Amino acid sequence: MANYSTNEFRSGLKVLLDGDPCSILENEFVKPGKGQAFNRVKMRNLKTGRVWERTFKSGESLEGADVIDLDMEYLYTDGEFWHFMMTDGSFEQHPADAKSVADVTDWLKEQDVYTVTLFNGAVLAVAAANFVELVVADTDPGLKGDTAQGATKPATLATGATVRVPLFVNVGDVLRIDTRTGEYQGRAGK
Amino acid sequence: MTSSDWQPSASLDALRLRARLYQQLRDFFQRRNVLEVETPLLGQAASTDVHLASLSVEAENKYLQTSPEFAMKRLLAAGSGAIYQICKSFRQGESGKRHNPEFTMLEWYRPGFDHFQLMAEVAELLFSLLGERPVRQVRYRSAFAQVLGIDPHCADTSQLAALAHQYTGYQADDDDRDTLLDLLMSQVVEPTLGRDELTFIYDYPASQCALAKVKTDAQGTAVAKRFELYVDGIELANGYHELTDAVEQQRRFDVDLAERKHRGMPDVPADQKLVAALQSGMPDCAGVAMGLDRLLMLMAGSDSIRDVIAFPVDRA
Repeated sequence: MANYSTNEFRSGLKVLLDGDPCSILENEFVKPGKGQAFNRVKMRNLKTGRVWERTFKSGESLEGADVIDLDMEYLYTDGEFWHFMMTDGSFEQHPADAKSVADVTDWLKEQDVYTVTLFNGAVLAVAAANFVELVVADTDPGLKGDTAQGATKPATLATGATVRVPLFVNVGDVLRIDTRTGEYQGRAGK
Repeated sequence: MTSSDWQPSASLDALRLRARLYQQLRDFFQRRNVLEVETPLLGQAASTDVHLASLSVEAENKYLQTSPEFAMKRLLAAGSGAIYQICKSFRQGESGKRHNPEFTMLEWYRPGFDHFQLMAEVAELLFSLLGERPVRQVRYRSAFAQVLGIDPHCADTSQLAALAHQYTGYQADDDDRDTLLDLLMSQVVEPTLGRDELTFIYDYPASQCALAKVKTDAQGTAVAKRFELYVDGIELANGYHELTDAVEQQRRFDVDLAERKHRGMPDVPADQKLVAALQSGMPDCAGVAMGLDRLLMLMAGSDSIRDVIAFPVDRA
């Protein structure tokens, strides 16, 4: 990969820092009137998700990271790996380990499309769309007409995730869930 | 280009504030019999400072000036007396929240003043613009002691590198003391300075003397007779009890040029006319440069230089 100098650091650029792929978030130029110029850089470590702040001498460079985001369809899990397939017609499959799918296992539904981040050709992370639609597998029987404000009960979805839902929700209902917060948004198609 | 790129990034109020500021500055200096002067923005010589990159104008074989310092000193040597200038200065590659490669500088020189007398005048000027506030003068040594608990003149380079790493994640690839001191100063010490006051830092390490005289302080350390002013965590002005010794000036140019070569930086012509002017005799004086865009940021309560420049570099 090419090297990038501090003055080329733009938001979204992927670079290698201490061997880990990072995405640049912010880059601030700092310079005393007399003296060395620096760049104060905020970046997200794509492996750990943690935000790092590092200061570099202006003009220093970092190696670019071979990181690419691709749309892939979730196929199945064999218990050790979660298998995804390219949606470009190549049928190319990529196995993802438990760590890389940790954020989305609650929302994985076969044949749905996810954003898969590859680092040096291997799956680094999997991200779900902001909203997913999932079937309720188990919950207490719905109370028809009970629309009491704020009253909720737990419901287990087909993926095994548990979310708080209103009392009127029944087994078999398809729910719209916000994957960023894990919150119930409403019944799909209603 | 987006459709709004033709518009100024600064508000019309900010532009009016700038116009009023220039009027106030001219009134201030007129009352004190300081003469307004104008010197070339295009000069044959460049700054030799390893941390400043002069923009070259190849068609004219000249350089845009990084500050009007050299030319103004030639006027002082020619007997101008006290002088000031409001002008554009240019520094290649300096772009950020507090930097624009083309910026406006106020620079003035006071024959017969030392840097303490000039600090007092800087404070009076700022009182007239920002309102009165306490003034604190702190040695570079004390500022480091207060914020980082070290003596910047004596601390081991390894200790400076460890602090730099601790506070900023910086990984030293060399053991340049001044780089580490600049980092700690700008990233750790500076943000604490000038809170509800004007903070003048003085007695800089002799290695950071730039164009200031050097003296030995009470602890026996060689320090530069240089000061910097900080207001609300922003570096606003840099001043010197000016070097008047032509031989020492030539030596500093030579040291800079050797260091530029060592670092593989472009060779630039040093200003031999300045050396000649010092040889003929420049009066003992103090001088200071103040960033007017940053002063306007303070006056407008803004945290970006774009708010006070009509057309910053990406819209110029």
